[in-house]
Formats: sequence, structure tokens, C-alpha cells
Amino acid sequence: MVEHPPAFTPVTLLTGFLGSGKTTLLRRLLADPSLGDTAVIINELGEVGIDHLLVERLDDQMVLLNSGCLCCTVRGELAAAMRDLYSRRERGVLPPFRRLVIESTGLADPFPVLSTLKGDPVLRHHFRAAGVVTTVDAVNGLSQLDRHIESVRQAAIADVIVLTKTDLAEAATAARLVARLGAMNPSAPLVRAAEEPLDADALLRAGGSGWPRAIAEPTIATAAHGSVRAFSILVDEPLDWTAFGVWLTMLLNRHGAKILRVKGILALRGEERPVAVHGVQHLVHAPTHLSHWPDNDRRSRLVFIVEGIEPDLIRRSFQIFNRLSAPVAA
Amino acid sequence: MCSLCGVLGANEHWADAAAREGVYTRNVDSVRRRRERADRVRLANRVLAVYGMRLSDWQGASFLLSTLTGKSEIVEDLGHLWPAAERLSGRLCDPLAPDFLARLGDDHG
Repeated sequence: MVEHPPAFTPVTLLTGFLGSGKTTLLRRLLADPSLGDTAVIINELGEVGIDHLLVERLDDQMVLLNSGCLCCTVRGELAAAMRDLYSRRERGVLPPFRRLVIESTGLADPFPVLSTLKGDPVLRHHFRAAGVVTTVDAVNGLSQLDRHIESVRQAAIADVIVLTKTDLAEAATAARLVARLGAMNPSAPLVRAAEEPLDADALLRAGGSGWPRAIAEPTIATAAHGSVRAFSILVDEPLDWTAFGVWLTMLLNRHGAKILRVKGILALRGEERPVAVHGVQHLVHAPTHLSHWPDNDRRSRLVFIVEGIEPDLIRRSFQIFNRLSAPVAA
Repeated sequence: MCSLCGVLGANEHWADAAAREGVYTRNVDSVRRRRERADRVRLANRVLAVYGMRLSDWQGASFLLSTLTGKSEIVEDLGHLWPAAERLSGRLCDPLAPDFLARLGDDHG
């Protein structure tokens, strides 16, 4: 029986600053047989150097690799390239890929790509954001974070950070970078590309499912990184879902551009199982009803990564809105 | 359907996600949907009162946002509510603004 592709094809965004090892990572991923059911949209076919992996050139923009991976370049609009992929898969012209990886350019803010997925009238019915994988260069990462806000944003919104060139960096430099990344984005697992075997399948899956475990760490201090800060809100009592929705939509409407990331596991009034919420700037993904708590801690936890907003203001606002819905004592 | 532009299948808002496997939503059956809409109107009105505005259910499908002076606009969901509230009131609806929080906290704290 022919297996049908999923109703919503998961899309992983691969991002990272210029020279941070994105292309090298892609080259390793493309050769991995576990990406046999994956389509990859990259900036330049020539750059990645995949000629030795090539099985068939489907047209001037699309090739099939011997790993089974479908690789194409984007010319012009990303949305057009994705619609074309979808349309060809539905017509049976392309192998039925089950997930999509998009490489973003080194200087790009990843948000517009995620926005395309959610806002495009065709794509939003067929694709879903699955996660962001960000490469950070262990040699130059610290100075890039200091000098380029794009680099900070890319690390801040990552679901998984792939640390590259650790074999070239001094141990002390790499350790300082790891500490800084941990403070900036405490919920993203860190993979060392040079030292650890790279499991492409796990890497792409972790983008979508790894963070509920990572977020379980309750003692995240306010971590300053220039104007970018990570902090958490912990709540003992179960939350009111409606009040939370009114608050978060109002917050993101006014401050969405400065809220690089919000992730949370919520204990809701009247619900046994936790609910995970997950947003990037103005975009919030459909909330996930998790099957169980990641550990014994049953408190609601929200992690924010913000740029230029005082964490205490968000905490105070959250508390006041949360009290609006307090059940009236009989 | 978007009531303003008539486009079918308008963008899904996260707080009203369509019921499907793994997704948490109260958009599941008519009883739960109506209860959620009523709660939402009640809570949003506590916030909107600070700006002199009011929300009501409109035919169980949309919401009617009105000002004290009679200006009104139909909104689809929470995502459309706040930009519409800022348009109608001519003010920024900022949940972090200290004066707004002081009033909201005083009224309901």
C-alpha cells in the first residue's frame, strides 16, 4: 500500500549566521539516508556541492539525491517554491516527501519564513512549522552575537542549537559561548556537530518535540544578553485558559516584534494533561495537548526570550490578568 | 469565513484552533464553544472597560466591538480584537503600560 504524506507536512527551518557552518551541516544532512523522505529547499545547489550524491536532475531547480532526498533551490518567492513542491507531490510527479527543511540565508531574520507558513492561503493548509535549527560557530560565535542582532535573534528562536567548529575553537572560548547561549535560550538543546555523530532524523524531530522536556528546568534566572533576555514565569495554581488567551494576544499585538520566543507548559483549570504553547514574535502555533507531564513538577512554566522589554513588566501584567479569572469564593 | 472580505477559510487563530489530533482547543462542540465565547466576552470586557469599549457576541460566529460613542466593528477572533480596539479607541492597548495595569489591578485585584 502506498503511504500517504501527512495532512500537514512538518517544516524545519535551518538558520545560522554567515559562515557558521550551515552549508557543511546541510552537506552532512543531505548524504544521510534517514533524510530519504525529506525535501530540502536551499539557496544555491552549487554551494553545497552535491554532484557526487546526484541521482537525477528533475529540472534546473530540483534534483534527486541518492539518499532519496529531494533538493531544490528557491528563485524569487519561497512561497512559490513550496507551492510548486506541494503541487508536484500531489500530482505524483515527485516522490512523496514527508517533511521539508528550508535553509535560510545567513543574514535573514527567520521570522518571515515562519510567517509565510502561517499566512499563505495555500501553504497554511498543508504545511506546519516544526522547529528551528540554528548553527552557531564556536570560533566566531561570541563576536557575532556581540556585533549582529540577526545572530542573536537566530540563536534566540532556535529549538535546537548546533554548535559548529568546536574542534577549531579553544576550549575556554567554546565554554563561554555555551554559557552565553544557555543563558539566552535556556530551553534549546545544544548539539556539538564536530564531536558528536549527527543523527539527522533526531535533529529534525527534536526541533518539534524536544523542547517540552528542556523547558521543564524550573530555575531559569533572568539572563541578560545586551538587550535580549530570557526569563521564566512559574505559577503554582492552575491557569484559566481564556484569561491566558486574552493576555497573550494583547501582549503580542503590541509587543510581538520584541518577544522573540515564548514557550510554555501550562496546567489549566479543569484539565488533567498539560498544554504546550509555542510562539515566535507575532506567531503562535496551535496549542499542543501533551499526553503527560515531563516530570513531577505540575506547575505552569512559561519561558520568554525578549528584546528590550523589562521582564518584571511582563510578570506583573501576567499576574494581574491571571487574577481577573480567579474563581469567585462561594 | 472572514465576514469582512468574504474569503473562505480565513487564518486559524491559535486560541480557536480547529479540533484535530494533538491540538488543544475548546472549539470542539457547540456547548464548549459557546461557553468559551461567553467567558472570553466577560474577561475581554474587564480589560476593554479601561479603554471605554465593550465586546459582545455576534451571532455566535463573530464579536461586536463598540465604543461608548457608538463606533463599532465586527471582529473574528482575539487576533483581530486588539488591532480593532486600537483603531476604534485611537489609543494603544498596551498590557504592559503601568497606568493601564494600575487601573486593571485596582478594579479587579
